[in-house]
Amino acid sequence: MCADPSLLDGLGWLWCYLTTAKHMQFYASFGTVILLLAGTVPFIILFGFLGALARRSRVTPIRWFGLGYTSMVRGIPDIAFFLFVPIALDQFVELVRHKVKCPDWAEPIYQGNDFVVCAIAKMPQSSSPQWMHNAWNLSLAITAFAIVFGAFAANIIYGALMAVPKNQLETARAYGMSERQTFWRIHLPQMWVYALPGLSNLWQILVKASPLLFLLGIEEIVYWARELGGTKTSYFTYPHGDWRMWYFLALLVFYLFVTWASQKVFDWLETRLAKGMSTVKGGAR
Amino acid sequence: MSCLDTLSAYGLRALGMGDRLLPKGDIGLCDQVVLIGSGLIWNVYFAVIAVVFGFFFAVALAVAKESGPVWLRYPARMFIFAFRGSPLFIQFFFAYELFTQIPRMGVDIPLGFTTVTLQTAWLTKAWLGATFVLFLNTAAYTAEIFAGALRTIPRGDIEAADAFGMGGYKKFRRIIFPTMLRLAWESYSNEAIFLFHATTLVFFSGFPAWRREGDALYYANYFAEKTFNPFVAYPIVAVYFIISVVLIGAVFSYFGRKLNHHVNIDEHAHTPKKRFSLR
Repeated sequence: MCADPSLLDGLGWLWCYLTTAKHMQFYASFGTVILLLAGTVPFIILFGFLGALARRSRVTPIRWFGLGYTSMVRGIPDIAFFLFVPIALDQFVELVRHKVKCPDWAEPIYQGNDFVVCAIAKMPQSSSPQWMHNAWNLSLAITAFAIVFGAFAANIIYGALMAVPKNQLETARAYGMSERQTFWRIHLPQMWVYALPGLSNLWQILVKASPLLFLLGIEEIVYWARELGGTKTSYFTYPHGDWRMWYFLALLVFYLFVTWASQKVFDWLETRLAKGMSTVKGGAR
Repeated sequence: MSCLDTLSAYGLRALGMGDRLLPKGDIGLCDQVVLIGSGLIWNVYFAVIAVVFGFFFAVALAVAKESGPVWLRYPARMFIFAFRGSPLFIQFFFAYELFTQIPRMGVDIPLGFTTVTLQTAWLTKAWLGATFVLFLNTAAYTAEIFAGALRTIPRGDIEAADAFGMGGYKKFRRIIFPTMLRLAWESYSNEAIFLFHATTLVFFSGFPAWRREGDALYYANYFAEKTFNPFVAYPIVAVYFIISVVLIGAVFSYFGRKLNHHVNIDEHAHTPKKRFSLR
């Protein structure tokens, strides 16, 4: 049916147009976004925990580090981190590999306005297949997202740990639980209900930050929207004018749906988690 | 070239004044500090215009959403949902493409003594188009904050105003509006700070940096690409932004204290006194 699009018109044309191989790549790139989100969340929670625990630490330098880590995202724009972390990390890894693999290299690494390491220190190797390069770029992006959003999460978790009523912990101690037991059995499980509103908000911010992957040179939805939406002359199989506006409108609708659906899930979760907790919603005292 | 020369050459480069060519071969620390600082003018410009105009629109939106007539409530709710639920980055792209589709023409605005001609083509320029998007975006976020504050105004305050025979606009201006601001102030200052951060997105989205006149992060990115060394330019941006955010916090806490001047501190001991609470 789609063999000769010039003969088609109306919906048939549109159907064939929207199912071209390039459009399939466009739809697959939504998967890249989901992959990033799913890949980042565990690291965000991990970094958030470490940050919050560092801020509560009894060791002063660690506490200062935790305070610095959790405060930096308030001062510095997240976009600056997204631009900085991947390139900095990339250079750092290549530098380490360079020192290990090419110890006899005499030339300096920063040559004027260039960054030069020996060939086998390149990450990934220039001979590696394209998917390795993509995977490496994506993991750098995930690291950048995890660092920034981990700092936000650390703030939230820190606040939530503070919000657990003191008498709950005192009761645990009175029952003879050790400090470790109190933390793992009482403090941590109760923390979640206080952290959830903040974490759900953070998830929404994370979703809305995901198109920034485009800045890191990853072929995701913004890339494809620009690519596919641009004017196609009659030289192309499916000629059309500048349709980028409509493609971006579709992206807006996609994101509105994701944030709307997430909100529904979080509302449900909040009611579930509150059950049996000593909060207004939970009813228990 | 001494650092003073650099300052005169690039101090206002982001506005198109001074040297046309950006530093290329031998890029020193001074070049980076001066040019990135010059770019900060754009961030301040975007943020100030968007926040100031956005404030008034946000108050209108919040009132419309919470207590407006039904035919206004729904559009206000949709507007807030659309701008809060989608990424600003995509909003920029969409708005830019939309603005390029608008027919190029001049709209005459008679001001009585003179006539100003607005060119629709200006909307494709960052100074107007991006500012407009930021204005709408921050208005939506701020409106949600204000609407939340409107919902939590103590009933007693309203009843007291009613008992005094206040009504309509007078009640709003003397009772509802100040109380709303007081309740919302902490969150509102946060929103202003995050909007200031968001201004760095402009030149990375659809809006082109005309004649390489960009914002602080645009120049930092330029230097990082030219020198292959991200460890100088980005920390400079970071320092500029940290200083700016501390200043914004100071301005907001000054007005916050003014708002709370008459409030009995003991009664409101639960209101956060920390000047710099984190999110």
